[in-house]
Amino acid sequence: MAKQSIQVKVNGTEREATVEPRLLLVHFIRDVLRLTGTHVGCDTTNCGACTVLLDGRAVKSCTMFAVQADGRELMTIEGVALDGQLHPLQEGFKEEHGLQCGFCTPGMIMTSYALLGKNPKPSEEEIRWGISGNLCRCTGYQNIVKAVQYAAAKMAK
Amino acid sequence: MIPPSFEYLRPSTIKEAVAMLQKHGDAAKILSGGQSLIPMMKLRLARPEYVIDINRIPGLEYIKEDGGYLAIGGLTREADLEASELVRSRFPIIHDTAGFIADPQVRNMATVGGNLAHGDPANDHPATMLALGAQVVATGPKGTRTISIEDFFLSLFSTALAGDEILTEIRIPLPPGRSGGAYFKLERKVGDFATVGVAAQVTLDDSGICQRAGIGLTNVGGTPIKARKAEDLIRGKPLDAAAIDHAAQIAGQDSEPSSDLRGPADYKKAMVIELTRRALKQAGERARK
Repeated sequence: MAKQSIQVKVNGTEREATVEPRLLLVHFIRDVLRLTGTHVGCDTTNCGACTVLLDGRAVKSCTMFAVQADGRELMTIEGVALDGQLHPLQEGFKEEHGLQCGFCTPGMIMTSYALLGKNPKPSEEEIRWGISGNLCRCTGYQNIVKAVQYAAAKMAK
Repeated sequence: MIPPSFEYLRPSTIKEAVAMLQKHGDAAKILSGGQSLIPMMKLRLARPEYVIDINRIPGLEYIKEDGGYLAIGGLTREADLEASELVRSRFPIIHDTAGFIADPQVRNMATVGGNLAHGDPANDHPATMLALGAQVVATGPKGTRTISIEDFFLSLFSTALAGDEILTEIRIPLPPGRSGGAYFKLERKVGDFATVGVAAQVTLDDSGICQRAGIGLTNVGGTPIKARKAEDLIRGKPLDAAAIDHAAQIAGQDSEPSSDLRGPADYKKAMVIELTRRALKQAGERARK
């Protein structure tokens, strides 16, 4: 099967590669670009650990082919910090104990990033609804919700 | 999980996409949101030799009123449907449905057209579209044709779309005044398929008599089910608790669930009855507003 050349803007930088059409976006990000902050969790569109932003929208990168991202813009967890400073969401997860093992955290942050972009002042219910496609198996959701609230409050300042 | 190899095709017009379907026949699959197709390919339940990605075809994502219809472009994302003010105000039943589909990330990719064209009785839009009396616009080599949603679902994963046709639009008649609808879904967790789902849409007259009724059932049969007997029962009567209760019992009889991981068949029938009751009640309340 013919390989395809793709060009994707990732965290602000144009990246080019030649890939098999069946290469999943998450494997492109992790294995080709070597950006390993995006995790493979369930690999079945359930857990949200692989969440990245595609043209600003949160998507599950295990359920998309890399060729579909050709000519489009991606943001991964590596693109979230600003000039070496933690993003308010990253700071919130740290301050509010929003993680234990940290496996779900990149996906949680990317989903929350998109959520706050659309809705800078979400209610608790809107946060819970917003992260309903992300599973955490250790911290529990209480502190994750608090972390997002922390970030929303800080970003509003 | 790594899907089997395939040739990736990316048409930029519908005409080009249809020509690709004609050329490759059963060896090709249309890639819309991909949220059903890609998981099936990863599990190797689907092994298309050609994947035709229609996402770059312009003009297929829209939600608009058009000559007495709500027209939804085939590639419209569930998230856009969920966020649409037009849908929220005129079609709360569709707003309900979109919010129940999978999870937020999946809804950013998943399309309304794909949810119908996949022909999966576990998907949520089919029941809603059956309740609303929608039409599906299919585009093929000879142009477009309109298919009534009642004639669309043939059997499990099989629809009235020909091998060289693409679902390009969904058309829903704008309901008259005093109409309302609701969709109720019982699911084990966010993102799961329905254990049972029920869509109900009613139109009342000034004295509260039910003039039109549509009831669709999710995941309780080999295809999405239109609960005709229950619809017939409430039409022409006041939509009161007794009528709703009776119709709900009949809807239970219209369903044909099978026992599986989500529960035994008799439990699902009981849930069809309860959710039909709730959906009709809320549909009535919304119609009276």
